[in-house]
Amino acid sequence: MSDAALTETMAEIFARHRGREGPMLPILHSVMEAFGHIPEAAVPLIADDLNIGRAEVHGVISFYHDFRKEPVGRHVLKICRAEACQAVGGAALSQAVLDKLGLDWGGTTPDGRVTVEPVYCLGLCACGPAAMVDDRVIGRADETTIEEALA
Amino acid sequence: MKVYVPRDSAAKALGADAVASAIAYGAEARGIDVTVIRTGSRGMVWLEPLVEVERDGVRHGYGPMTPADVPALLDGTLDGLGPVEEIPFFARQTRLTFARCGVIDPLDLDAYAAHGGLVGLRRAIAMTGQQIVDEVKDSGLRGRGGAGFPTGIKWQTVHDAPADQKYIVCNADEGDSGTFADRMIMEGDPFTLIEGMAIAGLAVGATRGYVYLRSEYPDAITVMQEALRIGRARGLLGADVLGSGRAFDMEIRVGAGAYVCGEETSLLNSMEGKRGVVRAKPPLPAIEGFLGRPTVVNNVISLATVPVIFERGAQHYADFGLGRSRGTMPVQIAGNVKRGGLFETAFGLPLGELVEDVAGGTASGRPVKAVQVGGPLGAYMPPETFETPFAYEEFDGQGGLIGHAGVVVFDDTADMLQMARFAMEFCAVESCGKCTPCRIGAVRGVETIDRIAEGDAAAKDLLVDLCDTMTDGSLCALGGLTPYPVLSAMRNYPEDFARSKEAAE
Ligand SMILES: Cc1cc2nc3c(=O)[nH]c(=O)nc-3n(C[C@H](O)[C@H](O)[C@H](O)COP(=O)(O)O)c2cc1C
Ligand code: SF4
Ligand code: FES
Repeated sequence: MSDAALTETMAEIFARHRGREGPMLPILHSVMEAFGHIPEAAVPLIADDLNIGRAEVHGVISFYHDFRKEPVGRHVLKICRAEACQAVGGAALSQAVLDKLGLDWGGTTPDGRVTVEPVYCLGLCACGPAAMVDDRVIGRADETTIEEALA
Repeated sequence: MKVYVPRDSAAKALGADAVASAIAYGAEARGIDVTVIRTGSRGMVWLEPLVEVERDGVRHGYGPMTPADVPALLDGTLDGLGPVEEIPFFARQTRLTFARCGVIDPLDLDAYAAHGGLVGLRRAIAMTGQQIVDEVKDSGLRGRGGAGFPTGIKWQTVHDAPADQKYIVCNADEGDSGTFADRMIMEGDPFTLIEGMAIAGLAVGATRGYVYLRSEYPDAITVMQEALRIGRARGLLGADVLGSGRAFDMEIRVGAGAYVCGEETSLLNSMEGKRGVVRAKPPLPAIEGFLGRPTVVNNVISLATVPVIFERGAQHYADFGLGRSRGTMPVQIAGNVKRGGLFETAFGLPLGELVEDVAGGTASGRPVKAVQVGGPLGAYMPPETFETPFAYEEFDGQGGLIGHAGVVVFDDTADMLQMARFAMEFCAVESCGKCTPCRIGAVRGVETIDRIAEGDAAAKDLLVDLCDTMTDGSLCALGGLTPYPVLSAMRNYPEDFARSKEAAE
């Protein structure tokens, strides 16, 4: 992506959130939506727009699990690690899926197809184990339904 | 023919969208006139996708449905569950907060009004702020987000605080494992939350509201956004709420995957665009909240319960319950259970009745070993405590807490040492970092439990000391209450912590 394209997209994002009370998180979410991650080059632009230091922007980005500095796979698979899903075999399912993909939590397959992330509850605790592929939820997930959702 | 199919994300996660398309497609192929209405969920998750067909004004249930069942459904030959509201799990409930959830199209404001919606707000519009606050106090409503603080008293503080701008902030961060009541009401009856927030605004003199909604709930975000748009277009929100001459408008703010941001001061920092670090109290958010101004921070269910209190009257609500726990609680039954879902009931039902009768015991058919109530900071309770009535003080007396009323059931294959380890690990991952006992202590906790797992019995005393340090030296309940699940696991299941060195090797 060229610097000019980035600057243009960022300007559009800033305009969209102008006048909001506490615009930082809405801006970062929009950046995630536009680029799939927070490009390093966006940080000084955000700092300028909000009139704060770059270190502060970095501090906010690093606090939240959702904001990533590196690009991710074409799909993001989240598997619930929390208690209610553990009660119905969630840990074994996570392990099997990670093993099959040859990944650790947070890893991306070499072909860039999928990134696997842990999530702590999807509110699907009465039909666990729960998973989510991009924005699509999966209840009573198993290796087959997860593989289908990634296809 | 009128057919109802939930759009709740638990129903979708189990295939509701495919069933809805199969119904539309099958009806067209057969040339029959079918109206498919997408609703919230009734909360009987083990029956999802639960499809309802209306006959002579009575809704009959079919579930769990698959697309393959659709031809028989349309031909009238599919075996059903009978009238949905007569299914024992549903019939035994007292549905006040969730009266409309699963019944109506969540985005149909006229259906909302036809089922008792907006009556409460109209009544509140005719009252003074103080009268509204008094009504909430009289209902006995306590915060459903965890701490159980009386809602009316919180509102009084904000009402009395002078300021040119005040805020209503709805805490929709719902991070506790085993809980999904907030999600269900936002997806299934969003106008009740909007109405509750508008009443709160009138009560304390706040014209602006925010819903801090976790990013893990994309479906709830979509429904809430759409409901706000409709509410604004129809004059429920805006400069002149229902023609009252009073202003109230609101916005959705999406969280970013930090559990600690459910803590109210961390949440406010997050909304202000900062790291979600917990603030020391005082000042209370009611005095210095969002952007330093007086702010009501309430859980989704606290706010969504306000409309029914105003619709039926404070006394009607207060007549349900036990002791100082008034009204009803939407209990969320999850984990290894035969019948999981949302069960709204007056406070006071014994825990064992919820687990054994309502939920039907474990899905695996094995004995129940432990129940964790109140999310990741709740104690692991053994069947010996099943007589405890589901209510704030009663659980406190058992060294437990009801929190946001999630009930997570484990069968006898659960390894409680691993669950204790997970509690420490979760605290380490989610700590905001402000207090050393929480940030570092939780990491040490994981290591100490690993030593116990390797047969180092002396590490048990260390773990107790560590937990004491966390309890004493933590600013908020994340570090302060993580010892609950850890120590309750060790106390109630000593056999899981008595590992011999040989067995570990
Ligand atoms: C670590 C932590 C996480 C919390 N998470 C939530 C949450 O997800 N939702 C919520 O309503 N309250 C949560 N709370 C409680 C809030 O701090 C606060 O008490 C609540 O939002 C007040 O609303 P209520 O009075 O209506 O319960 C949490 C507290 C702590 C310490
Ligand atoms: S106890 Fe943990 S999460 Fe809570 S304020 Fe302290 S460091 Fe932050
Ligand atoms: S615990 Fe896994 S979805 Fe709630």
